[in-house]
Amino acid sequence: MSVPPALELRGIRKRFGATEALRGVSLSLAPGEVHALIGENGAGKSTLMKVLSGAHRPDAGEMALAGRPYRPAGPPDARRRGVAMIYQELTLAPHLSARENILLGLEPARAGWIDVAAARTAAREALAQLGHGNLELERPAGAFGIAERQIIEIARALVSRPRVLILDEPTSSLTGADTERLFAVLARLREQGVSIIYISHFLEECRRLCDRYTVLKDGASVGSGPMAETTPDALVTLMTGREVRDLYPRTPRAPGEPLLEVRALAGSPRLRNADCVVRAGEIFGLAGLVGAGRTELLRAIFGLDPRRAGGVRFGGEAAAARPRGCWAQGVGFLSEDRKEEGLLLSQPLGDNLTLAKLGTFSRAGWIDAGCQTAAAARWIEALRIRCLGPDQPVGQLSGGNQQKVALARLLEHPARILLLDEPTRGIDVGSKAEIYALIGELAAAGKAVVVASSHLPELLGLCDTIGVMCRGALVAVRPRAAWSEAELLRVATGTVDPSS
Amino acid sequence: MNPRLPALLARLGPFLGLLLVTALFALPAETREHFLSYANLKIVLTQTVIVAIGALGMTLIIVSGGIDLSVGSSIACTSVVGALLLQRGWGPLPVVLAIVGTGACLGLLNGLSIALLRVVPFIITLGTLGVARGGAKWLADNQTVNYDASPINGWMTTADPFGYALPAGVWVAAGLAVAMAAVLRRTVFGRHVFALGSNEAAARLCGVETARLKVAIYALAGATFGAAGVFQLARLRQGDPTVAVGLELDIIAAVIIGGASLSGGVGTVLGSMIGALIMAVLRNGSQQMGWPTYFQEIIIGLVIIVAVFVDRLRQGRAAA
Repeated sequence: MSVPPALELRGIRKRFGATEALRGVSLSLAPGEVHALIGENGAGKSTLMKVLSGAHRPDAGEMALAGRPYRPAGPPDARRRGVAMIYQELTLAPHLSARENILLGLEPARAGWIDVAAARTAAREALAQLGHGNLELERPAGAFGIAERQIIEIARALVSRPRVLILDEPTSSLTGADTERLFAVLARLREQGVSIIYISHFLEECRRLCDRYTVLKDGASVGSGPMAETTPDALVTLMTGREVRDLYPRTPRAPGEPLLEVRALAGSPRLRNADCVVRAGEIFGLAGLVGAGRTELLRAIFGLDPRRAGGVRFGGEAAAARPRGCWAQGVGFLSEDRKEEGLLLSQPLGDNLTLAKLGTFSRAGWIDAGCQTAAAARWIEALRIRCLGPDQPVGQLSGGNQQKVALARLLEHPARILLLDEPTRGIDVGSKAEIYALIGELAAAGKAVVVASSHLPELLGLCDTIGVMCRGALVAVRPRAAWSEAELLRVATGTVDPSS
Repeated sequence: MNPRLPALLARLGPFLGLLLVTALFALPAETREHFLSYANLKIVLTQTVIVAIGALGMTLIIVSGGIDLSVGSSIACTSVVGALLLQRGWGPLPVVLAIVGTGACLGLLNGLSIALLRVVPFIITLGTLGVARGGAKWLADNQTVNYDASPINGWMTTADPFGYALPAGVWVAAGLAVAMAAVLRRTVFGRHVFALGSNEAAARLCGVETARLKVAIYALAGATFGAAGVFQLARLRQGDPTVAVGLELDIIAAVIIGGASLSGGVGTVLGSMIGALIMAVLRNGSQQMGWPTYFQEIIIGLVIIVAVFVDRLRQGRAAA
C-alpha cells in the first residue's frame, strides 16, 4: 500500500458574504515534498493559509492529514496536530528573548513555573536542526537582524515537531545571501521528512527549491504538476490567465541633461559616500544588500535624513534641506514601507490620492468633493487600479493596487525626479508588469527615475544604469549591459573590488 | 558606544531618579536633618504602601499593553465594603478576604468586558471608574462608614513604643512585590503577559488564549487593588467613598516612572516600586519644604513627562 499524502485538500470552498474567496481548491502534498503554491495577490493564497491554520473553517471540501481527517479548531489546534505556519509579516514578540519566542505557547512548566533549563534545551535543539545552534538564546528578539528573526520563527514552528510546514513569502524581506541560507535550512528539513508548502511571488526561487507546484487563480486551483516539467512563462500564463510575454517592456527613451547630481554624499551612519548622476529619461537602479544604505541614500537625497557631507543638485540648483523644499523642486519619494509611511490605510482611496495636494481641491479651506472624486477616478482609470471606487478604504485593496495608489499620489504632483524605494515589493506579477510599464512611460516622458530594489532581475530588466551599494557606499555605477546578476551580487557582497 | 550602556541606563534610571529627588530635599539646610531621619523614612515608606500595592497590579496591566483607570474608585469601593463588614462585626481575616475578593470581582468585570466586548481598556475602565465610585457612595449611603476598633486600624500606624518597627502595610507591600516579580519573570502566565503586550497577534498565533489571559490579568490586578483598599481602610480607620480620587494617575505614573512602556511589553516590578517611592518622596519632601499642594502637583506632572522623555531617548538609542 502506498504512503498517504502528508496533506490532501479536495474541493475546498470558502465564502465571505458575497465574495467567494475559494472556489474549489485541491492540493496534494507528499511526505518530504516541497510544494510551491503560486498565484497573483487576491488569488486566495492567504485565505487558503487561514483555512489550513484553522483560523477559518471551510464551507465545503475535505482536508486530510496523513490520511486522517483534518478539521483544526483554531491555530493552536493546527499547531498541536503538526501543521505549522510561518507568516509573511514576522510575528515575534520583540521584547521577549529568542528562547521565549521559540517556546511561546508551548513552555515547559511545572505547576505554572517555567522550567528554564528544559526550555533552553528545546530551543537549542530546534535551532540546531536549522544549523543555528549558537544563536544567543537570551537576547531580546527585537535586537536580532531580520534574517535571524526569521530563523527564530522557523525554530518556533519546529518546536511543535510539524509534519507540514507552510511558509508565506519567506524571502520578501531577505537579501540574496540570507535567501541562500534559508534554502539550505529548508533542504535540511526536507531531508528530515517535513513536507513544505512554499508560497512565493518569486518564480525563480520556486523553480529552484520546489518539487511540485500548484497554481491558484481566482480562488481555484488551475494547474499543478512537477516543477521540472514546466517553464516560468507557462506558470505566469496560468497565474494571470493571459500571456505576459515581456515583463520588462522597453520604452523608447534617450537620456537628456542631468537632472539629479549627487556628489560625495554622506548622511546617516549607514550612508558614507555616494556619487552619481541621473539624467532626464533615465532609469537608474540601486542594488545592494539589505542594510547597504540604499534606502538611506534615497532618504538623504529627499532630505528626510540630514546630509552630513557632499552635495545634491536637482536640475542644476542646490537641493533644499527638507522634504517640503525638495518636493517643491519637483522631487517625489515613494517609501519602501507603504503601510507604515506611505498610505492612510483606513482612509478612502480618493483622500489618499489627493492628500498631498488637498489645497488645489479646495475653495477657502473647504474641500471640493466633486473635483476630488474626478481626480481620483482619473487615476483609477489611468493606472487600472482595481477597486470599488474612490470611496473604498485603501487598506481593503490588494498590495499591488495599494502600490498603484501610492504611485498615483506621487504622479499627481508634477515631479521631474522620482525616487522609488522597492516599488514592487510584495505585489503580484500582473501588477508588477503594470508598474514596470508605468515606470518606463515616466522615463520616456523625460523624468529621471531612481529605483532601489533587492530583486536583481527587476533591476536588470528595468533600468538603464545600475549602481551597487556596499556598506554605505555607492561602489560601482555601470550601464545595464555591463552587469549580470552574478556580477551585481559579487559587488554587493563585497567579494570583488569594483574598481578592478 | 558600549552597546550594554542603554540597557544599564534602563535598569538604573529609576534608581538615579530616586537618588535625585532624595538629594533635592536632603540638601537644603531647613529640611536636611528631619528629612533623612529614620522616623521620616518610616513615614515615607508607609505613605508609599497604597500606591505601591496598586502599582503591582498596574504593572501587570501596563506590561500586557492595557491600562486601568478605575483603580482609585476600586480602592474606595473595596474599603467601603470592608468598613461595612467591620460594622457588622466581621473579624479581620474574613474582612480582608472580602475586600480583596471585591477588588478581584471589579477586575473580573473589567477583564470580561475588555475580552468579550472587544472595547479598548481605556474606555471600559473609564466606565468602571464611574460605576465603582457610584457603587461605593451607594453602599455607604453617601457618607463615611464608621466602625468599632479593629486590628486592621493598626496596620498603617507609624506610632510604636520603640519607634523602629515598620507597620504591617510596608511588609505586606514588600512581600507582594517579591511574589509579583517572581510571577512576572518565572511563570508561564507572567511570560504570556509580556508576549501579549509585546505582540498580541504573535501570542494568539502561538496558541496563547489571549481573551482568557486578559480576564486573568485584570482579575489578578483587581485583587491587588483590593489589597490596596485594605490599607486605605487601615489608614483612614473608616470607610470613605470619596477617598482616592485621582489615585489611578499616581499609580500609573509610578509604573511609567519605573520604566514601563505604555505600549506594552516592557516593565518591572522593582522599577514600579521605585517609581512609587519617588512619588512618595516628592510629596513628603515638598510638604516639609512648606510648598503648597498645587506646587507638588506641578512637580509630579513634570517628573512624569521627564520619565517618559528619558524612556524615549533610551529606546531611540537602543534602536540606532
